Amino acid sequence: MNTRLTATVCLASALALAACKKQPPEELPPPPQQTVPATTPAPNGPGVAAPGTQRHFTETVGAQNTVVYFDTDRYNIDAEDTRRLQVQAQYFSQYPQITFTVEGHADERGTREYNLALGERRANAAKNYLVSLGIPATRIRTVSYGKERPVALGSNESAWAQNRRAASVVIN
Amino acid sequence: MISRILAPLLAPLLTGAALIATPLSAQNQDLGEAPPEGGVIETVDEGEGLNVSVSYEGRLDDLGIAIPAFATDRNVPTPANQSGTSALGIELARVITSDLRNNGLFKPTGPDSLPTPSYSEITAPAWGTWSSRNAEMLVHGYVRGRSDGKLTIGCYLYDMALRDELVREGWVVPPSDWRRAAHKCADLVYSRLTGESPFFDSRIAYIAETGPKDNRTKRLAIMDSDGANHRFITTGRTTALTPRYSPDYRQLVYLSYVDGNPRIYVYDVGTGSQTLVTESANPTFAPRWSPDGRYILYSMAVGGNTDIYRVPVTGGQSTRLTDAPGIDIGGSFSPDGRQIVFESDRSGNQQCYIMNADGTNQRRISFGSSRCATPEWSPRGDQIAFTNASNFNIYVMTPSGGNARRLTSGWQDEAPTWSPNGRIVQFFRTERNSGNTGLWQVDLTGENERQLPTPVDGSDPAWGPILP
Repeated sequence: MNTRLTATVCLASALALAACKKQPPEELPPPPQQTVPATTPAPNGPGVAAPGTQRHFTETVGAQNTVVYFDTDRYNIDAEDTRRLQVQAQYFSQYPQITFTVEGHADERGTREYNLALGERRANAAKNYLVSLGIPATRIRTVSYGKERPVALGSNESAWAQNRRAASVVIN
Repeated sequence: MISRILAPLLAPLLTGAALIATPLSAQNQDLGEAPPEGGVIETVDEGEGLNVSVSYEGRLDDLGIAIPAFATDRNVPTPANQSGTSALGIELARVITSDLRNNGLFKPTGPDSLPTPSYSEITAPAWGTWSSRNAEMLVHGYVRGRSDGKLTIGCYLYDMALRDELVREGWVVPPSDWRRAAHKCADLVYSRLTGESPFFDSRIAYIAETGPKDNRTKRLAIMDSDGANHRFITTGRTTALTPRYSPDYRQLVYLSYVDGNPRIYVYDVGTGSQTLVTESANPTFAPRWSPDGRYILYSMAVGGNTDIYRVPVTGGQSTRLTDAPGIDIGGSFSPDGRQIVFESDRSGNQQCYIMNADGTNQRRISFGSSRCATPEWSPRGDQIAFTNASNFNIYVMTPSGGNARRLTSGWQDEAPTWSPNGRIVQFFRTERNSGNTGLWQVDLTGENERQLPTPVDGSDPAWGPILP
């Protein structure tokens, strides 16, 4: 014989809250933060870098030109990105033996899995543009790190803008 | 459910399955020692409880429950407690008390502030002793060491007003699984008093995080539902993310960068070895199990375009389920296995969609102005939990996308996972600026929220079903 409970289950007495409202990431006065530069670490030691090293690539094209940046949730290559990728393409055309990786990244204000896919899409966008400039696709590897490898550590628009990026890294 | 008397306090035997780790292949270079597989727990029929209604009519969270130490017929040594079965009886009652208290259930009073009943009182409570203690319910239990080294643990729930027994059950456990008997007793009490399905006797896989924000170590780890029996699976040499337990707890799927790329591996708990979910050079993300454990969903990016695929656990051909341009990712089966809720940005931003298990009939279910991400279908089937990826809080809604309710309000909460009974949602919370993470859970009222104890920071919780 089945038993019936007279006690009520109070788990069901939940507040009926409103449906999802649009709430963009909150914008507060920037809190104290440490931010590290989005550039590749400074070359260590004196001397002339050899072609085929990240240091040579960075010194030749300029550190700022090794990285392109994206708007929130976007992966399109804008005018500034095309200029930087053209500089990269010039370098990689000059050194056809070099293979490299385009690393795609996202900022922390996204869910982890979506950001992995978004980083992959950004890396491919940069790669595709380089291919359109004549760099063989076989020389370009892509990898997404999603939001797992930020370069700017704050939780604010400025840091997030630095982290939404695709960085080219020479494979040694 | 009331058990019937067949052979009270008798204990037929099943052998525990102790598995031994096999050597690790090159692909497993991030893996630590394999965790021990659980032993077999056998339910002993403890006879028939009383077929009456609970006499208590107030709110269940005001319901006082006295949980004194479990008694033992004679104190004998056991690997489960260096002081023997008497001390173990106190620990059992403590675990049950913690289970109920930490989840905001009832008003439990534990063994440390209660007298200890004698062995004979377990089936014949000294009512007068307990009636003065503001307890509407009384939990009694015993633990006995067996000649084969195992433990028999019995659990009884009494209604103080009726002065009668509501339910009883007993289990034979290997000493290493003594906590499972306590969780089963807590589940018995919870289920009898609420009418809900049990959830304590279950495990959680998650990602343990250490180190600074720009150089986090992320390791696959597992633990019991109360945080006990914590084990690291990977060494942390490479990043591990997004684990999911198989329904039978024999395997884990998760993402690892062990070969330099994000790829999904199927980790075998018994052997401690792992294989790729699919032999493809493309990156794979967001693994999920089908409810019957026969299929794995994974998402794969080809040329930057991510789609959802299904592959049999035994290997073989993958079936592509989505083909929209844009990111289709994740996926969570309905409990009957016939539908999948997933996330897609085909409309321009992240929204939740449902499709049939074969990929047909894809339709959007979230139409709010905010983004819908990481949808997870409740084991009860009646709710879908998701991350609102506009304000980064955890919500639930019906499978048709209606009645969205906000459950949390952290700075960034994401990745909900359901308790086995669909009454509690776990998720992880990230702190602004520091990037510190922690595992949290909240019940469906949104009222009882708490952080889970983990030895280090934690993310990506995945709550498994009730242990087999």
